[in-house]
Amino acid sequence: MMQKGLSKMSNIQTAMNGARATGYVDVSEAPVTGMITLRGDLADAGVQKAVKSVMGAGVPATLTVTDADAGQILWMSPDELMIVCAYDQADQMVSDLIAALGDTHSMVMNVSDARAVFDLNGSATSEIIAKLAPIDMKSMPAGTVRRTRFAQIPAAFWMTSNDSARIICFRSVGEYMFNQLRNSAQAGFEVGDW
Amino acid sequence: MSMRLKTGGRLVNRASQVEFNFNGKRLFGHEGDTLASALLANDQMLVGRSFKYHRPRGIVASGAEEPNALMNMGEGAKFEPNQRATTTELFDGLSVGSQNHWPSLEYDIGAVNGLFARFLSAGFYYKMFIHPRPFWKHIYEPFIRQSAGLGKAPTEKDADTYEHLYAFYDVVVIGGGIAGLQAGRTVAASGASVLVMEQTAHWGGRAVVDGGEIGGQSTEDFVNDSLEKLAAMDNVTLKTRMMGAGVYDHGYVLGYERVSDHAPKTTGPRHRLWRIRAGQIITATGAIERPLSFAGNDIPGVMLASAVRDYVVNWGVAVGDRTVVVTNNDDAYRTAIALKQAGLDVPVILDARANGAGSLGDTAREMGIRVENGKAIAKVKGGKRVTGVAICAQAGSGGVLEEIACDAVAMSGGWSPAVHLYSHCGGKLNWDDQAVMFRPDLNRRPTDQNGEGFVTPAGSANGELALSAVLADAIARAKEAVKALGHKAPSTRVPEASEKGENAVEPVWLMPQGAGDKLRMKTWLDFQNDVKVSDVQLAALEGYESVEHTKRYTTLGMATDQGKLSNINGLATLADALNTDIPNVGTTTFRPPYTPISMGAIAGAARDEVFQPLRQTPMQGWHDENGADYEPVGHWRRAYCYRRGSETRAQAVEREILQTRKSLGLLDASTLGKLVVKGPDTGKFLDMMYTNMMSNLAVGKCRYGLMCSENGFLIDDGVVARIDEDTWLCHTTTGGADRIHAHMEEWLQTEWWDWKVYVANMTEQFAQVAVVGPNARKVLEKLGGMDVSKDALKFMQWADGTLGGFKARVYRISFSGELSYEIAVPANEGRAFWDALLEAGAEFDVMPYGTEALHVMRAEKGFIMIGDETDGTVIPQDLNMQWAISKKKEDFLGKRAQQRSHMVSPDRWKLVGLETLDGSVLPDGSYAFAPGTNANGQRKTQGRVTSTYYSPTLGRGIAMGLVHHGPDRMGEVIEFNKVDGSLVKAKIVDQVFYDAEGAKQNV
Repeated sequence: MMQKGLSKMSNIQTAMNGARATGYVDVSEAPVTGMITLRGDLADAGVQKAVKSVMGAGVPATLTVTDADAGQILWMSPDELMIVCAYDQADQMVSDLIAALGDTHSMVMNVSDARAVFDLNGSATSEIIAKLAPIDMKSMPAGTVRRTRFAQIPAAFWMTSNDSARIICFRSVGEYMFNQLRNSAQAGFEVGDW
Repeated sequence: MSMRLKTGGRLVNRASQVEFNFNGKRLFGHEGDTLASALLANDQMLVGRSFKYHRPRGIVASGAEEPNALMNMGEGAKFEPNQRATTTELFDGLSVGSQNHWPSLEYDIGAVNGLFARFLSAGFYYKMFIHPRPFWKHIYEPFIRQSAGLGKAPTEKDADTYEHLYAFYDVVVIGGGIAGLQAGRTVAASGASVLVMEQTAHWGGRAVVDGGEIGGQSTEDFVNDSLEKLAAMDNVTLKTRMMGAGVYDHGYVLGYERVSDHAPKTTGPRHRLWRIRAGQIITATGAIERPLSFAGNDIPGVMLASAVRDYVVNWGVAVGDRTVVVTNNDDAYRTAIALKQAGLDVPVILDARANGAGSLGDTAREMGIRVENGKAIAKVKGGKRVTGVAICAQAGSGGVLEEIACDAVAMSGGWSPAVHLYSHCGGKLNWDDQAVMFRPDLNRRPTDQNGEGFVTPAGSANGELALSAVLADAIARAKEAVKALGHKAPSTRVPEASEKGENAVEPVWLMPQGAGDKLRMKTWLDFQNDVKVSDVQLAALEGYESVEHTKRYTTLGMATDQGKLSNINGLATLADALNTDIPNVGTTTFRPPYTPISMGAIAGAARDEVFQPLRQTPMQGWHDENGADYEPVGHWRRAYCYRRGSETRAQAVEREILQTRKSLGLLDASTLGKLVVKGPDTGKFLDMMYTNMMSNLAVGKCRYGLMCSENGFLIDDGVVARIDEDTWLCHTTTGGADRIHAHMEEWLQTEWWDWKVYVANMTEQFAQVAVVGPNARKVLEKLGGMDVSKDALKFMQWADGTLGGFKARVYRISFSGELSYEIAVPANEGRAFWDALLEAGAEFDVMPYGTEALHVMRAEKGFIMIGDETDGTVIPQDLNMQWAISKKKEDFLGKRAQQRSHMVSPDRWKLVGLETLDGSVLPDGSYAFAPGTNANGQRKTQGRVTSTYYSPTLGRGIAMGLVHHGPDRMGEVIEFNKVDGSLVKAKIVDQVFYDAEGAKQNV
């Protein structure tokens, strides 16, 4: 919808300006990240084909993440995907997806700027999430994604490895998310065996 | 006197010394002490005053059931009242004060209340304070406020930190005694994940103190062996200092972990609240010993028999040199034996049962202890501590047979299973006549979402008191829980345990059985709330037959201990007074938490900067740095105005408005809702959502729209832009973004699920800036990149392009009446774009303006504001907005409702402008008076103010309001009330005060 063309990188400022905190798990705001919301019936062959043709990977199964050539595809609901890609490729990918979907009832939006993205790194990553989100972190399989809440705000996250996770929330509450993660990860706040 | 013994005390480290402070006195204890054991070790028998009569109170128990020893603990930001000495682990520097005394613990003036005890009987508050009515406010309440309340309220903000943890287990076992550990082992062997939690710092519960053998091991070795085995398993989590606070539906359990109460100087949270989902919950919460009801049972030195035993065995503390034991069951004999073994004197065991005890009685006699069967305490002698007991026959009315000097009394009225957690979700109980207790009915356990039992009591909590029975029950219940989860139950064998042949407990609810009025008035049921046997009997006499009513009338069990010691004795007393059986009376309701938990734990991390999420726009940093005076708008903080130097708010608002109307203003409009709606049925859908037509909006154009609920009332408004053939962008109010998104989704998902429409909330994707004022176009042209001229971008059109290198969507819309553009850029570039506008606008002396300037300028133009002109009862017709209600459309949300008789009534108040004759600003929310009074004697009204401001543009007050027949009464003067009670005259005028022909925005 917006005119294509690269923005000046110097004009770009993420919600938390790349804030970091060191604790028993490290918290950092991720650099700008491309994010695309795709709404459509994921069971529809047209949607599946379009995703495959643009992304090089198919629609992920319920609650899972699939790695694609140009990023990841996250299952969000039976009629919603989130595609994570390079920030400066998002507009092009939106156009490609719209073109590939053709007349199939769908909606594709670049939401890269609407979100704040955080990374957790450290062996106790899942413990930090368990302090804030009502998710069973002990049985959360790798390669799955959850839409949930962190304390008082909606968020989605997935484990990027056994010791790291990526969390997405709305941009306006980036500071709240960062502070919550930082507080939970302070040295001395370890839960111990649980 | 109470003291530390030379030897003994399995939990204390005698090599250590821990200093603490009680009521300003420096005292010493050991590592491993509780505050209670340390106080007793220092002969501090008197620890507080009772609530109503200010009677001296001593420690009664050794655990969570303690009613008396509550302390004001810590100072300043670390202060907390009602800390239970028996569950407070001693640490160096601990400082406490006793509660509810004045002026001092030793000499309390309030104790005079006791002299008037006959007037402070049950229901006293109900009876006394009703008449005469004015006395309540001026005499009774101040008096009660002064004398009531156990602890003090903290005066400073809590210095500690707290957090939550979400955890999931197949099985949660609450209680770390032998039943809990055995249940844990059984569950763990099945492969299910299990959490075993223990509220104290030590595993093993009572069994370790009470002794005996399990599978050839001492109980202590059995506990240690169990812990070792459990700790070695991956599927097991063991937690001490964690109390099961509550059991809720869907297997939800609250675990209250006191992380650093015992070591307050360590880094980390003080408490951690575990919010646990469990497949099955096993409550191995043990049992609580009941006091006996005899005269003077509240005098310091009278203690539960089990507690006397705990203090000797666990902490090496003797409550007295000479302890009289009084009981209706065999268990109390263990106390007599333990005391004797510790070298202390037990002058007599008074056993209320005619036949006395089994083998434990023989042991006691063999040790040289005098045992008197069928005997009771007539009364305890002493004031601030016990000096002796008068002995009588249990069967009589209290004729004293003998007096025995002693300094402690160990009492046992039998044991009640701790069924609290089992009962939180509706677990039912049966009265067991033989065991003299309410015990869980396994056929009526709490049921889950599938109608299956999900809470299972085990061990003493299930009414099993003997060692072997406890273990057998723990294994059986654990197997059931495991099977309920679909696991295969392991073949755990019941270990053999040593048994003493015990004689049955006998019910003794009053001692002696025929105690007269005088004794009953000194016989306490509820120590903390000062409820006596005579009070419950009086309540019954006055017709309070329901146990719940009696509870409230007498306050029995309503104190912070929630009647852990008093409930069963109280309802047995009530049953006796009503001449009925105990099961007919029933129990009061058990509610979480089991014992009080800290407010901090409930709040968790939610304090200070994470108390509540505050939403920030991409330009928030600039606002922060430039004097923004914020106001809350939903969870956003928006600048009300930007104050420069010593400016007042009003001065800043005036400056911002005048400069915007004169030259150029900027508004951070990023918070406005931006919902993108797409799909082949979008036109049809938006025609239903809005009162006016949206399907025929041309691509590239904008239209203002109104949204109503199905009841016809206005819920939101905003400008809609047609983006392409099947895509529209709907602006909502700031507060409406999430709400209207949900509203659209609800209709799409529940009613029109077959319509092909998708909605995306794109609010935060864009930073949006309103560029407003006669120089608005000039500044955009200066940035350059797209044609924003009058002809290229007409009023109520939009266009995509670039401005100063920023990709932008420009809407030519105006909420101020000036030439105005609202420009959306990607949020990450919002701050840079804002800065670019400030730089380019410098030559026009650009001024960012806040929400108040926005409000005033829209009011000058007569534009409505959702939330000001609307309040949930206003329909578009009230605001003379018939022009925005389509007559062509077959239907829209609210259409039918707006045809109801009341909605079309000509008597509805309608929107007009209001101008005070003296130029003053009408008070917000002011009412227009009408002649006469209504049925309630209140002044009649004929209208009210909805928006009112000082208009810097016009130099006087302007207002809008809803007035009866308003539009038909132009020029008429009506009167509005002011805060000071006087009236102000205002003329009814057109609501558009400024540039009625719209020349300013159309340039």
